[in-house]
Amino acid sequence: MMTELSLNVLDITNNSIAASASLVIIHITISTPMDLLTIQIKDNGNGMTNEQLEAVVDPFFTTRTTRKVGLGVPFFKFQSESTGGTFHISSTVGEGTTVDASFVLSHIDRMPLGDITSTIHSLITCNLTVDFDYIYTYNDRSFELDTRTFRTILKDIPLNTKEVSTYIKEYLSENKIAVDGGAIL
Amino acid sequence: MKSLEELRAIREKMQGQVGLRSEDDTGTRVVVGMATCGIASGARPVLTTLSDAVLEKGLDNVTVTQTGCIGLCQYEPIVEVMEPGKEKVTYVKMTPEKALVVVDQHLIRGQIVKEYTISEVLGS
Repeated sequence: MMTELSLNVLDITNNSIAASASLVIIHITISTPMDLLTIQIKDNGNGMTNEQLEAVVDPFFTTRTTRKVGLGVPFFKFQSESTGGTFHISSTVGEGTTVDASFVLSHIDRMPLGDITSTIHSLITCNLTVDFDYIYTYNDRSFELDTRTFRTILKDIPLNTKEVSTYIKEYLSENKIAVDGGAIL
Repeated sequence: MKSLEELRAIREKMQGQVGLRSEDDTGTRVVVGMATCGIASGARPVLTTLSDAVLEKGLDNVTVTQTGCIGLCQYEPIVEVMEPGKEKVTYVKMTPEKALVVVDQHLIRGQIVKEYTISEVLGS
């Protein structure tokens, strides 16, 4: 079990990277009027067949060879459904996979979002060959970090250089506060 | 809101600085297991601590990356240090505090922190 939803985001996004995605779009959307937190992770990786798609919520299914269980998707599904939320995966071979999870914001069993800044920061700085488009929305305010835009500005300077890495971390944490006023933990 | 202007300023400032980061085989690679097992046991703070410390101490020949599950889930978080020409060192049951010790003793001074290695932990 993950103690923060941001850890699930890290885990599920690693599936996208393992599926050779070159772009992962991560949407985190909070609506207080609807009392809902939704997380969407959409990649352009290998995708899955219908058989794989059916098996992926089964804890005893995994594509890895180092162990016999795969708990990432079952954890995420359980965590959303235990708050009264919904969970859905759609996938097309050769096109990619989209994972949608929703959580009832005020439900006692909703795990905190946690340190989403660290999740997105480590995804970006540790996977230099993958692009990430991260959009965080709180009611009518939002901010976006698209590494494609960052790369266009930076040209040959890598995203994991000290100055850039520090900037990314500050960009994520300061803009999250600006958008949600610190309301979402 | 933090704007992209600052990023442009960083780009301007760093333009022309050569040898930013060597991505060749001569560097040390520090690899953190970040599969479900690693993440659930606390690998993310370990990874963050390692990358921050490596940047902080200016260890330009060290790259911190992530990997999947290597099949030793019960010993996660696992950190592997790979130095060219040397045998791989596997640290197990890591924490951010232990990670800082590894940076200080192993990455900077070249001395393996024996008590955190898999052989020591398995033997005890």
